[in-house]
Amino acid sequence: MGDVKLAFIVQKPQYKGETSRLAITHAISYQTVEILLEDGDTVTPKLCFIGEGVLGLEGKQNAMELYGITSTESHMKNTLLVDLDVLICKEDLAKYGISESAMPDAEDMGADKKIQIVPFAEIQKAMEEAKHVLFF
Amino acid sequence: MGTLTIGCFPGLVGNMTYDFALKLADAAVTKGHKVNIWFSGNATGSVKAHQKHLKDYSTGEKYLKALIEKGVEICTCEACTVARGIMKTEGIEGVQWNAMHWYLAKIHASDRVLQIGGE
Repeated sequence: MGDVKLAFIVQKPQYKGETSRLAITHAISYQTVEILLEDGDTVTPKLCFIGEGVLGLEGKQNAMELYGITSTESHMKNTLLVDLDVLICKEDLAKYGISESAMPDAEDMGADKKIQIVPFAEIQKAMEEAKHVLFF
Repeated sequence: MGTLTIGCFPGLVGNMTYDFALKLADAAVTKGHKVNIWFSGNATGSVKAHQKHLKDYSTGEKYLKALIEKGVEICTCEACTVARGIMKTEGIEGVQWNAMHWYLAKIHASDRVLQIGGE
């Protein structure tokens, strides 16, 4: 069956429910899915944040210090460490007045991958190219 | 016939979305389709055995058992489930426990996927 492309579309803020976080962790699990697939089969997700889903992604979070839980920032860094394509809607960041430079990277952890801030048209393209689109 | 995978994230009690997911799964498997259900988030609370079916509340156990009898594969996210204090030994017999890659693997082999979001 080969590669199956997926688009994970996060529309809700990280702090308004569990499922936005689960979108990230489910996407990251593409790294280990091959143990359950036939040789040559792969799953390639793109993790996309749109609308209110762009809220709460900024760097310099202190969730571990204050609440004893991992931050959304650390999860975002993990996506980059496992070479996941992460797309954030440029228009929606601008709508909420969030600076593009506030988005985290994982350079300090050795990741080459960067978060991609893209026009919505790019996210639309990712949805069109995907076999399945999952809304969170 | 096709393969349908349902990602079910809402809690058992407090909305009808969970009930809908199970009804839909039953309709699909009754028509002859292969059906997989993945529980994550609050939906994982529904895999605990010995649920008392009070008529004021939705119930999962008897419907899950019936779906398993019909050949539906049901799996709960182990991390989400133990985080809610439910251990595997307390779970409904026949429900699988695995990690999120189980869901992605089932999606890989599916003709259709329904991601039913939670709270």
